[in-house]
Amino acid sequence: MSLPRPRNDRAAGSGSGIDLVQAERWGAFLAGGSLTLFGLTRRSLPGLGLAAAGGGLIARALLRTSGTAPASGTGVAVARSVTVNRPIAELYAYWRDLRNLPRIMDHLESVTLDDDRRSHWVAKAPLGTKVEWDAEIAEDRTNELISWRSIAGAEIPNRGSVRFDAAPVGRGSEVTVTLAYDPPAGAVGTAVAKLLGEEPDQQVREDLRRFKAVMEAGEAPTVDGQPSGRED
Amino acid sequence: MKAVCWRGPNNVQVETVPDPQILNPRDAVVKITSTAICGSDLHLYDGYIPALRGGDILGHEFMGEIVETGAEVKNLAVGDRVVVPFTIACGRCFFCERQLWSLCDNSNPHAAAAEKLYGFSGSGLFGYSQIYGGYAGGQAEYARVPFADVGPTKVPHGLTDEQVLFLTDVFPTGYMAVESAGIQPGDTVAVWGCGAVGLFAIVSAYLLGAERVIAIDRVPERLAMARDRAKAETIDYEETDDVVEALKQMTGGRGPDVCVDAVGLEAHGTSFTAKLDRVKHAARLTTDRPYALREAIQACRKGGVVSIPGVYGGFLDKIPFGAAFAKGLTFKMGQTHVHRYIGPLMERVQAAEVDPSFVITHSVPLDKAPEMYRTFREKEDGCIKVVLKP
Ligand SMILES: NC(=O)c1ccc[n+]([C@@H]2O[C@H](COP(=O)([O-])OP(=O)(O)OC[C@H]3O[C@@H](n4cnc5c(N)ncnc54)[C@H](O)[C@@H]3O)[C@@H](O)[C@H]2O)c1
Ligand SMILES: [Zn+2]
Ligand SMILES: [Zn+2]
Repeated sequence: MSLPRPRNDRAAGSGSGIDLVQAERWGAFLAGGSLTLFGLTRRSLPGLGLAAAGGGLIARALLRTSGTAPASGTGVAVARSVTVNRPIAELYAYWRDLRNLPRIMDHLESVTLDDDRRSHWVAKAPLGTKVEWDAEIAEDRTNELISWRSIAGAEIPNRGSVRFDAAPVGRGSEVTVTLAYDPPAGAVGTAVAKLLGEEPDQQVREDLRRFKAVMEAGEAPTVDGQPSGRED
Repeated sequence: MKAVCWRGPNNVQVETVPDPQILNPRDAVVKITSTAICGSDLHLYDGYIPALRGGDILGHEFMGEIVETGAEVKNLAVGDRVVVPFTIACGRCFFCERQLWSLCDNSNPHAAAAEKLYGFSGSGLFGYSQIYGGYAGGQAEYARVPFADVGPTKVPHGLTDEQVLFLTDVFPTGYMAVESAGIQPGDTVAVWGCGAVGLFAIVSAYLLGAERVIAIDRVPERLAMARDRAKAETIDYEETDDVVEALKQMTGGRGPDVCVDAVGLEAHGTSFTAKLDRVKHAARLTTDRPYALREAIQACRKGGVVSIPGVYGGFLDKIPFGAAFAKGLTFKMGQTHVHRYIGPLMERVQAAEVDPSFVITHSVPLDKAPEMYRTFREKEDGCIKVVLKP
């Protein structure tokens, strides 16, 4: 299997705006109920208030669209790179144990392994709900590439990959992640997308930032739980 | 605990807030014995640094005693007396490995916000707005210190808080300003601003072998301290028509070899452009008033170095970049890589080469922070450096 080709490949790190076509695709994706796959439950996001406002819509969208066949071509794909100051073998080994992913990917609650190739993924969804699916490793080339995809019948068919390349001398390793979703189409999603204005690639960027911090520093920086003069 | 909280421009309050806790394995908690107000805090107080939230705890120059350590902190024990760098750095990324600690990749939990503003994010800083991580600061009774295994440095016996407190920021900042300029024998160094940063730049320039230092300010007590305690020649810019011309004349027409802007984005000035800057600044039409920086660029000798420890935050108007280009100047700037200097400068303090406590003019209980912010901002009562005692 070849690498999933992202449609809005922003790996070069330039733009951060989201155009209308993408917004529409993103809307379709949201209608699938997988809103928080990109972490909208995170407290720090500016769209939080809006997320709450959109919660009901999403819940309804979830009910209405579950079981609908995926409309191909309406999906969302992102690719992002980060440079990590660690040897490739270490990064590959960490990622190959998919159970580590919830520590990096904020939207994931757990990944459990059925066997060496098959796994069960649980993601957080709005209003305390969850989205679950089974996935399998599609391709595994030691210290080069890992790709995975959901198994037929998943509510939100999705796939992803991570590639490891050596950076120039003394600069560690370049890690490129792609994620792609092929959700069922739905009109409600467009409305929700307008409410949220969230960018899918920002979430991948944050996930990679966390991965880098965990691999380099052993922990991700946080200020959640520190004192302030606020009541929160 | 008690802490100094930002409530809006010109408004800080001492409030009761929850005690800090260990949140990560490399954290420690410090019980603060001394903490200072910095010129950088005035930029927050005056409302020129964006993204503060009401209730944010201020302060980034602090020291004290370790009261708790996370599981991964092996080099410190409860009871150790430490000074804490104001920059937060992981010690293991590309930048930390190259001693560029204030550019650490892994210490800003709000890196995305900084990237939106600057394209990339620097390290987290204590008490310095959400953009620099939103970390609770050290003008408080206790502080949580992330990456405590690489930042806090133990204080040798026999040194007082007052002697070592400024190793957290202003001494390394003044030192880096001139060290990064690569002082050569015979060099004349000009320093704009005789606050603590400028004063430590003067002292450091002599430590590093400068021939002469000329300091520029307008506040009499500060000029006096620069002259009497730091041994600089001085220019009172309010009494001088043209600072650039004065510097040229004082250096046989060459201009200073190294020009240090230890003033930053709230420079005060007397010329027409300076007044225009003030009006625009007041109306928030421009983010910075680079008055001292303009002079430093104009005054610097051909092929010289302009070093900028003074903080800038946004877009600068009317920078004489043509002059900089024509003269082939080198620029040095940035948040201080405190971790790089704290050890070597501690040794200089221990060897009695420098006693940094000379800058202190006010030492008061933490409760007095609100009035001290005002006194320091207005440069009243001879105020140069304030130490708060929690
Ligand atoms: N780079 C860093 O990591 C770092 C660290 C600490 C402080 N700083 C910055 O350094 C600067 C100075 O800090 P400080 O604590 O000494 O502040 P301070 O407010 O005590 O001193 C600033 C001095 O500049 C003088 N000044 C104003 N306009 C001037 C002009 N046009 N020409 C000459 N002098 C002028 C003022 O009279 C004052 O004495 C601030 O911008 C602060 O944010 C940077
Ligand atoms: Zn400071
Ligand atoms: Zn680092």
